[in-house]
Amino acid sequence: MDADTMDMPAVKPPGRGARRFAESADAAGAEGSSSVATRPPARRGWGILATFSPVATAAIALASHRLVPNLQHATPTGVYARFLIGVMIVFAALGVTQRLWRRLMPSWRNWPVAGASNFLAWCVSSAPLWAAGMIVLCAWELVTLKWNWMPLPYFPGPDGVLRTLVDDWSSAGLGQPGLAQCMVQSLILLMGGFVTGSVIGIVCGVLIGWFAPVRYWGMPVMKLIGPIPATALIPMALMLFPNPTLSAVSLIAMAVWFPVTMLTLSGVSNTRASYLDVARTLGAGQGYLVLRVAIPAAMPSIFVGLFMGLGASFLTLIVAEAVGVQAGLGWYIDWARAYSDYTKVYAALVIMAVYFSTIMTVLFKVRDRILVWQKGTIKW
Amino acid sequence: MTAKSKSAAAANAMHADVPASLRGVEVCKRFVAPDGREVQALEGVSLEIAAGEMVSLVGPSGCGKSTLLRLFTGLDAPTSGELWAGNDLISGPGAQRGLVFQDPNLFPWLTIRRNIEAGLVARGVLRQQRGEVDEFLKLVGLEAFASAFPHQLSGGMAQRVALARALVNHPKVLLLDEPLGALDAFTRMRMQDEVLRLWQARGTTMLLVTHDIDEAIYMSDRIVIMSPRPGRVDRIIDVGLPRPRGRNAPEFLAMRARILEMLHFTGAAEE
Repeated sequence: MDADTMDMPAVKPPGRGARRFAESADAAGAEGSSSVATRPPARRGWGILATFSPVATAAIALASHRLVPNLQHATPTGVYARFLIGVMIVFAALGVTQRLWRRLMPSWRNWPVAGASNFLAWCVSSAPLWAAGMIVLCAWELVTLKWNWMPLPYFPGPDGVLRTLVDDWSSAGLGQPGLAQCMVQSLILLMGGFVTGSVIGIVCGVLIGWFAPVRYWGMPVMKLIGPIPATALIPMALMLFPNPTLSAVSLIAMAVWFPVTMLTLSGVSNTRASYLDVARTLGAGQGYLVLRVAIPAAMPSIFVGLFMGLGASFLTLIVAEAVGVQAGLGWYIDWARAYSDYTKVYAALVIMAVYFSTIMTVLFKVRDRILVWQKGTIKW
Repeated sequence: MTAKSKSAAAANAMHADVPASLRGVEVCKRFVAPDGREVQALEGVSLEIAAGEMVSLVGPSGCGKSTLLRLFTGLDAPTSGELWAGNDLISGPGAQRGLVFQDPNLFPWLTIRRNIEAGLVARGVLRQQRGEVDEFLKLVGLEAFASAFPHQLSGGMAQRVALARALVNHPKVLLLDEPLGALDAFTRMRMQDEVLRLWQARGTTMLLVTHDIDEAIYMSDRIVIMSPRPGRVDRIIDVGLPRPRGRNAPEFLAMRARILEMLHFTGAAEE
């Protein structure tokens, strides 16, 4: 850590900056390999070579792409080869300059620099993961395009999928929306449903968790309606809402609502009694007890609910899009499957993996920001 | 000398607290235990504590000393009898009677400064009294930790914050439920002096529940000894030693021996 803390003001007494910093380093460690967090960015000896490892594995993948004869009939496009060469160049450059990139505390003045430096530092520290990724790509190509262990049209190689990603980006052909537009469409549905469901869920959870009469009447309703999978309500949603977008949003909201309500009410009703006692002897009224004691105390639990809700919202989004809405990633997969164009299906899956995990990461960041006070006690 | 006189000056700069007396009249408290049996926690407890006095409640576990303290906070209501703070009948919890537990119970989601502000926010007077927060931070010597979170503090520091958080409301009475019980011996002795200093600086009436007889003798004007099942006041002892008290002064040790004898802990068991 010594190299890290050098950029920071004095460590004790614990000022805001020092803590925030330690936090961001830890958060990065939790996402990447766990050993990265404690290692200073400037590595010594063999460690320096680790940053170059993607160059080596991408070279292997490129060699097998060029030299191993194809058993599947597919026209090579060069997109995959260009991608591999790009990876090699980027990581060669990162490897040479790796001592320059370290994690900085973003502030109002330095955030563009800090952002870029943090991103590059993350790339350096996750280089072995990138290297492993190149191996996976190579193996994928060998079992499909090269050796044809897995037959077309169901299992296209990475070259075909990458080409589809590029080709279908702005338009999927046949006058249909492209992947970019599908992503925007999906994001609108997802955010609309997730935010609505979370807000309603938190409000319901607080009311049920705090007020005994609401609990008496609300709990049975929760227990009865909550476990119904939102996707089972699709026919009803299509009937109730004139607009397919609205029906998809309400289905996603429904899927998010249940776990968020459940965990909010559990968090609120499990607030430590002594916190409430202390607050009362400090002169707190109902408003303070609910808003400033019970809800903050329930925050860790609420976030568990939000993560569960987010998972449920992905599932519901894809199903709802396939049924009602004529755009979005779920629709795209369904449409491509109808045409037996499995390359498009895989392209959409790749997008989804990157896209959804990015959204997940954003929620993790929000959680880390809001639950700073829990630092050192949360392990997920 | 310098640090002490400085913080005492800080305490004097704030407008002084008006302490209130505490009075319990024939207080009874019955609980229903989880197995359905009724438990008589307190029976006919009558007690009077003068304004500005420091009184300890001691006794074996199960004698109802914490129950009595909770009744004085107003968090629980007595089964019968009356409790008074000054001229007010105690009918519910309020900011005039502060409470500090053995566990500091700081709100972990708030920084130290915001924890101390909590009472002001709860009463809606933060804007008028914000300046005092710094004075109380200084009073307990934690200015440097204003923006730290509770999990970053040691036990003694956290308990000092809990004291500051209770005192910022200028309570007429401070009720302490084994506040130093979880601290190690050295921190504990230092914190006893700290509490005494706060008591002398603020003039608040303090009622202290403790299971440590040395602490009771060292700190209090009077010691209330309670006996268990059902809890009642056994006797009240006037300490009457001059302050500051020496922990090894012969009078101190003599009083300790006397109290231990009363509690049947002299080693020579009678039964």
